[in-house]
Amino acid sequence: MTVEIQKKPGLETLRAAIRCLEGHSDRRRKVLPFGISGIDRWLPGGGLALGALHEVAGGGNDALHGAAAAQFCADIAARTRGRVLWIVTRQDMFAPSLKQVGLSARRIIYVEAGSDIDVLACFEEGLRHGGLGAVVGEVSRLSMTASRRLQLAAETSGSLGIAIRRRRQSGDADDFGQPTASVTRWRVSVLPSGSLPVPGVGCSHWRLELVRARAGGCTDFEVEACDGKGRLSLPAALVDQSDQEAAGERRARA
Amino acid sequence: MLVGREGRRRVVKSVDLASRKLGLRPGIPVARAQGLFPDLVLMDADPAGDQMGLEKLALWFQNRIAPIVAVDAPDGLVLDTTGADHLHGGELSMLEDMVHRMAAAGFRAKAVVAETWGAAHALARYGRAPVAVVSPGEVVSALADLPLEALRLSGMVVEGLAALGVSRIGSLAAMPRAPLALRFGPEVVCRLDQAFGRLTEAIVPVRPVVPVEVSRNFAEPIGAAETIARYIGKLVPLLCQRLEERGQGVRCLDLVLYRVDSRTEAIRVATAMPVRDVKRLTRLLCGKIETVDPGFGIERMVLTASLAEPMDRRQTVSSLISVEEADVSDLIDTLANRVGAQALYRFAPVESDLPERSFCRVHALAPEETEDWPGHWPRPTRLLARPEPVQAMAELPDQPPLFFIWRGVRRKVKCADGPERVFGEWWKNDAELTIARDYFRVEDTSGERFWLYRAGDGEHGETGSQRWFLHGIFG
Repeated sequence: MTVEIQKKPGLETLRAAIRCLEGHSDRRRKVLPFGISGIDRWLPGGGLALGALHEVAGGGNDALHGAAAAQFCADIAARTRGRVLWIVTRQDMFAPSLKQVGLSARRIIYVEAGSDIDVLACFEEGLRHGGLGAVVGEVSRLSMTASRRLQLAAETSGSLGIAIRRRRQSGDADDFGQPTASVTRWRVSVLPSGSLPVPGVGCSHWRLELVRARAGGCTDFEVEACDGKGRLSLPAALVDQSDQEAAGERRARA
Repeated sequence: MLVGREGRRRVVKSVDLASRKLGLRPGIPVARAQGLFPDLVLMDADPAGDQMGLEKLALWFQNRIAPIVAVDAPDGLVLDTTGADHLHGGELSMLEDMVHRMAAAGFRAKAVVAETWGAAHALARYGRAPVAVVSPGEVVSALADLPLEALRLSGMVVEGLAALGVSRIGSLAAMPRAPLALRFGPEVVCRLDQAFGRLTEAIVPVRPVVPVEVSRNFAEPIGAAETIARYIGKLVPLLCQRLEERGQGVRCLDLVLYRVDSRTEAIRVATAMPVRDVKRLTRLLCGKIETVDPGFGIERMVLTASLAEPMDRRQTVSSLISVEEADVSDLIDTLANRVGAQALYRFAPVESDLPERSFCRVHALAPEETEDWPGHWPRPTRLLARPEPVQAMAELPDQPPLFFIWRGVRRKVKCADGPERVFGEWWKNDAELTIARDYFRVEDTSGERFWLYRAGDGEHGETGSQRWFLHGIFG
């Protein structure tokens, strides 16, 4: 106990010094919690950091279609306030579906940029503005330099930026493994839906992998897709288990 | 033939030469004209559009012929050519020039120079010659033979005078004035006096709207991007000051750069809403400097507000009541000037059961619509631009497929929801009268969820080809 009390001030000054070096010492990081303690406790600050860039990619075939990834982003954007800028190179979003995760079409402004460079430029412009709830950009490639610019723009304005990493063609190499400056990276893959007592398709299930989190661990969760208010939930089978967090940790170690 | 409304009747407003030859005249009811000639081509009259067109034409005449031009509704212009005719080689050649230019633009026009507006109006409409110059002494004799309508009298008065047996201006002028004024009011006498020049009539000329413009000449040509940016920063405040005097904001701004080799370069920026913010306009213009080629240097810069609209100030909501939503119009302008205004939009619902027709693109700042999509059936996150054909095997008539092959991959269906039947919109297209689609939401063994449909209801051949298509992907 005494050791801890003695240690703590030193640790705090060190953290403050690091924050000062990083250039955002004056601002307390705000976060957007998922509302699920199992996920939030893995993220520094207890939620998705606002004023930061996050990356989301689809797993498996979804890396190409980006359907689950887009729905996951819409679910995050639905919980912010203000308009949402959604930047694409080729439009294939189906507007009624976003309404079903709680993101009204009245809030989304789409930008159809011709190329990846234009997408990044619009992305940065949107992040710099600061009046938007979230800025979502669908990009196939994201270099360290580009992501650093986006991250800086998000830091200065406090906007939430989400980059959907989407492959153009099925033959494209996956460059999701390359390092970027984003704060968290997620991979969303579809799982077989929950069973129903009657014939039919049950509620969608996803495997949500937190591939990287700055100052946090990486892990994965199995979740039920968003409801009408843009909230994920844990599948009923997992909620009942008492040692759910332990299971998460086990999986993370594996 | 143009058709308009006169009170509650639909009457013929004007006719072309062919219908005139058939004996049709303006003023007869449409029903009678159609009864006589069933295959008449009718079009609705557009008085507001005509007025706008005349005003535009008036501005053109103002630039070309004489400074005082007014619209003589519904079908003419009046010009005060005093002191302007010698510039065009005399009155007659000026008129011929005008008529020829109108003919070149596709209009049959008549032009008359007379001492008064009234006389010129009458002779241009009811005179014989397409071009005429009436000297001051001839006005009385030239007008004498024209019908009373030429005097710009109302229809009631003309009918009343016709009942008295007066149909020509000459005979009306010869009548005693006092009983006329007593019987028909002051209008008749006033119009007669105006036509004969005993009463003056002022022409209220059209006024061209001169756009706000500021410019700057350089003693030494400039070329560097920073220099251009600096002078943009000097011109924009001047422009905004001038706009403030008018109470206007910019919708479209043009910066024209005159180069030393007499070429011009231009930057155009447009905004979604009227703007008078110096910082914002400077930023929009400076963002486009890279598109300009300064060549050997720029010697003159002109900044024009090509489209300005009145600014309406809005009262802001007090933060005690609710938090106001951030204004994103400046961002919209920046992005629109980068990717183009048509690439920036919002989706709005359209009442249609067919998925590809159930939304439309509206302007990003369009007012929010009240209706919304019905939310009772799950919809895919991604909708393919055009449905892709798949090979599938399904039990008829309404079972989901057992498996399907899409992009060369065979997928076994584990579970499915459906069918959701969608019918063609027969009120839009005759071919869609019998069309039907059955939508299924299917999940394959790996958990991927798709939106498939069969073109047709599975029973009747006329409802579609009965082939399967993949239309969307669920998240």
